[in-house]
Amino acid sequence: MSEILAYGFMQRALLAALLVGTLCSTISFFVVLKRISFLGAGISHTALGGIALGLVAGVDPVLTGSIFAVGTAMSTGYISRVGKISEDTVIGIFYAFGMALGIALISTFKGYYPELFALLFGNILSVSVKDLLYMSLALVVILAYIILFFKELLAICFDEEMAEAAGLPVKPIFLGLLAAMGLTVMVSIQLVGVVLVSALIVIPGATASRLSRNYRGMLAISLVIGLAGSFGGLFISYYYPVPPGAAIVLILAAIFVLSMAVKPWFEKHLRDKE
Amino acid sequence: MGELIRAVDLGVILGGAKVLEGITFSVKAGELTGIIGPNGAGKTTLLRAILGLLRICEGELNVLGVPDTSLMDVRPKIGYMPQRQSFERRFPLSAADVVAVGLLSPATVLRKITDKDRSIRAALQSVGMENYAGRPFKELSGGEQQRILLARSLVRQPELLLLDEPNAGLDFPAQQSFLQLLHNLKHEKGLAIVLVSHDLVSIASSADQLVCINRSMHIHGSPAEVLRSSHLHEAYRCQFDYLSVGDKRGADCE
Repeated sequence: MSEILAYGFMQRALLAALLVGTLCSTISFFVVLKRISFLGAGISHTALGGIALGLVAGVDPVLTGSIFAVGTAMSTGYISRVGKISEDTVIGIFYAFGMALGIALISTFKGYYPELFALLFGNILSVSVKDLLYMSLALVVILAYIILFFKELLAICFDEEMAEAAGLPVKPIFLGLLAAMGLTVMVSIQLVGVVLVSALIVIPGATASRLSRNYRGMLAISLVIGLAGSFGGLFISYYYPVPPGAAIVLILAAIFVLSMAVKPWFEKHLRDKE
Repeated sequence: MGELIRAVDLGVILGGAKVLEGITFSVKAGELTGIIGPNGAGKTTLLRAILGLLRICEGELNVLGVPDTSLMDVRPKIGYMPQRQSFERRFPLSAADVVAVGLLSPATVLRKITDKDRSIRAALQSVGMENYAGRPFKELSGGEQQRILLARSLVRQPELLLLDEPNAGLDFPAQQSFLQLLHNLKHEKGLAIVLVSHDLVSIASSADQLVCINRSMHIHGSPAEVLRSSHLHEAYRCQFDYLSVGDKRGADCE
């Protein structure tokens, strides 16, 4: 353990795992409750277009990717509501557009871009201090938003029509959640990459929803699973020749499968306790 | 008793098409009003207009003493129960958490809700579910869930209750029990209740008046008047030869 902490890159990687694990598992809670899992995959693939644009234009690709990710998330919410089109359909279009733009721009590259490979498949070991600052800022802003509007977000996820009838500002609050989701996807891309990031914002919440009967427990379990996956994957990739992103997602998937196996026992235990 | 709802020649346009026109009726305190009509008749649209979620394009609408342009001001005094499919069935909330959702309003955004526990307890008590506060909502039966959702719409002690097909999907005993509960609420609290329903027999035996619409107004009156009227046949494009409050034998649709 002390050997791992002796390296600067591992210290930064562990801090990144803490920040991104916390962020993703919190967002995952809402993603699963509102059933917008496909949106996560869509946002990450659309972000590829933004990342490629940044690389071609010589602008920070994390910045252009973030603009694409947040823009996609909010546009999906807006277009699906105004145009009365399902979110799945809208994100299906953005998904393909982002990927096509990314591929078109990447094909114009001359030479080898190691950053591109890292953004596609993640490279937590190359996290810089600047990246950590960006992740910390995203965590503070998103957690503040969720804490401030938690009861309204919960009401919107449970029964949007009722929330609207109560006079709550449903549209702006929900668009805010989508923006938070876009930002979360973008900062998490560094950890696991465009291809695998949706797992990070789906599996912790999905597993927790199987193991808890109330939202407080679900949020807590989601957090524990998100952090267990992030740290566990990092440790595995330190000792074995497995990329950290893949290791994190494999651990999360294993926890989900395990949750399915223990669910009947878990429910019986809860009933006996009652 | 004053009128809590007064609609005169009310019309609503949705997506460029006129979905309601010429709707005229009124609702008094302590009255149960049934809104009936076939699928797509505009019943839910009418409830949403009364709530102020949809603007009327013509006519006059007055709810709890305010005109349609100021309905937001009286929204806290209106309890609303949307159709059953509007909520997430597997959501991990307790019965008390579901009722607490009914306390939210623009005034509670970024603020703590005061006196929350007492309000929730009173609402659960009013629907006979006080012992269910801590039970997971998703594990309750359909009838129990409907009672909890009714408690959610009662938690702010409204003067007017709008219910959109609350009996849909419930078995007969659960429907009867729910209607009995509404009957008690009407008498004990003096609530005005507007109930959208497809069950003509049940609604006719519980309501004080029926409003029959199909995009436009067809008939408004006592259940006996409405069920015997030829306007009911026109609205449903059905022949209700033997249907009346005391004679419930059925209908012959085209």
